[in-house]
Amino acid sequence: MKALYNYLKEVAFAFVSLANGLLLTLKYFVTPWKSIITENYPDNRDHPSVADEFAGEVILIHDENNEHKCTACTLCQMACPNNSIQIISKQVETEDGKKKKVLDQWVYHLEMCTFCKQCIDACPQDAIKMINSYELSCFDRSTLTKVLNRPGSKLKEKAKVTPKVQE
Amino acid sequence: MENQTVTPSELKTEEFVVNIGPQHPATHGVLRVEVTLDGETVKDVLPHLGYIHRGIEKMTESLGYKQSIFLTSRMDYLSAHINNHLCALAIEKAAQIEVPARAKAIRIIMDELQRLTSHELWWGSCAMDIGAVTPFFLGFRDRERILELFEQNTGNRLTMSYIIPGGVMNDVRPDFVPKLKALLKSIKDYRKEYDQLITGNYIFQHRTQGIGVLSKEQAISLGCTGPTARASGLSCDIRKLYPYDGYEKLDFKEVIDYGCDNWARYVVRMEEMSQSIHIIEQLLDNLPTGDYRTKLKGVLKLPAGEYYQRVESARGELGVYIVSDGGAKPYRMKFRTPCYSNLGAVKPISVGMKIADLMANMATIDLVIPDMDR
Repeated sequence: MKALYNYLKEVAFAFVSLANGLLLTLKYFVTPWKSIITENYPDNRDHPSVADEFAGEVILIHDENNEHKCTACTLCQMACPNNSIQIISKQVETEDGKKKKVLDQWVYHLEMCTFCKQCIDACPQDAIKMINSYELSCFDRSTLTKVLNRPGSKLKEKAKVTPKVQE
Repeated sequence: MENQTVTPSELKTEEFVVNIGPQHPATHGVLRVEVTLDGETVKDVLPHLGYIHRGIEKMTESLGYKQSIFLTSRMDYLSAHINNHLCALAIEKAAQIEVPARAKAIRIIMDELQRLTSHELWWGSCAMDIGAVTPFFLGFRDRERILELFEQNTGNRLTMSYIIPGGVMNDVRPDFVPKLKALLKSIKDYRKEYDQLITGNYIFQHRTQGIGVLSKEQAISLGCTGPTARASGLSCDIRKLYPYDGYEKLDFKEVIDYGCDNWARYVVRMEEMSQSIHIIEQLLDNLPTGDYRTKLKGVLKLPAGEYYQRVESARGELGVYIVSDGGAKPYRMKFRTPCYSNLGAVKPISVGMKIADLMANMATIDLVIPDMDR
């Protein structure tokens, strides 16, 4: 008799425990807004909830005069773990006859980038930064190789006067 | 012609080999398990590795010390911060770099948050392996909140490369502490939901209690660490035994259970989540101010020698052994990953059980395949 009582008690406990779990499901069934964390993605493109700090893509900062701060020192190229940065520089002659190395092309292979931010960390001039773009898919892989300096852009004057790291 | 009648006792039976994986949802990755079955009873378990071997140890030999940090987050992607922390600690120990107090505190907060995300995901996937689908969504929902915090403060969600030699990559946002406090409050509420949904569930208890018994002696001889070994009564928390970055100043309990079965492993992990919340709460109220990193030279060189460092990952003891020849690149970097050792426990605890229990055993050991193969 005792065994039967224990058995029935166990069965009752089992049903109570299952109902207890279902109660949670029922709670979210009638109050679904309490657990919604997903977003209506294509509809909220005007106001995306991506953090400003999100590391999406490297850009070379240009100011309103189309000037950047990159001195082509290639420290970012050396810091990059998987060769996704290629700095192509050229020699130009200044007015007083000196030869000087300036940036020709800042090539960024986005398809190889792992967003580890080592290049941002290595840059002595703070010329590059990460932006929070996230729609990076495309049909052709070659479109992910970008030249980051804009056409006609040149080195900012102030950065020329106070070089910090290059010896 | 005579009719032959065969009685059941004369029927020839033989063992049957079933491949679970490499593409199977219950193996959480590309692990192939060759199971020898007698009916439904498991006779032998033979795991095959190598499907996701990327040669991370070899790749580090061609990269600098700073650059090899980013590779470590690809080993155990569910505890990326802890892997980065390990590498950073080893390099700091070798190069004798002093780390600011603020960086140490941020590192521990991030480590414990990562442990929370890892255990939340484990909770969901473990319940799903055993047959419940709802916990999977709840686990991912709660993990998402923490990942959002990571995204705001470290820039990435899964493979952060945030903890670097000398400190952390960037300072946390000014609203980090209030946001984290609100988050911890809601995580505590979620813990109650976990207990309501799964811990008290009769079916789950019967699927785990007394199943997959790993004795303390077996755990020691197989080299199991982490919650898997602590559920067998083995004290092996690196945070207590070999404290690093100020864990010795914090008040927390090493969770040990003597049940040795799947249920004990479940209980240990659930209790560890509470302990992680407790650790973070102690640090949040007086987060040190000041520098968040020591500036290092562009190319880091370690003095020639051998260095070993260990940390407590979400799955067990994670170690790195660095051999340096004084150059800018490591001569050898060997990782001791917890999942590889814990995988050895699958066979002894599953032989003689039913095949459905094999799934439960693999779920509670919490295997991450890229961590084994690396």
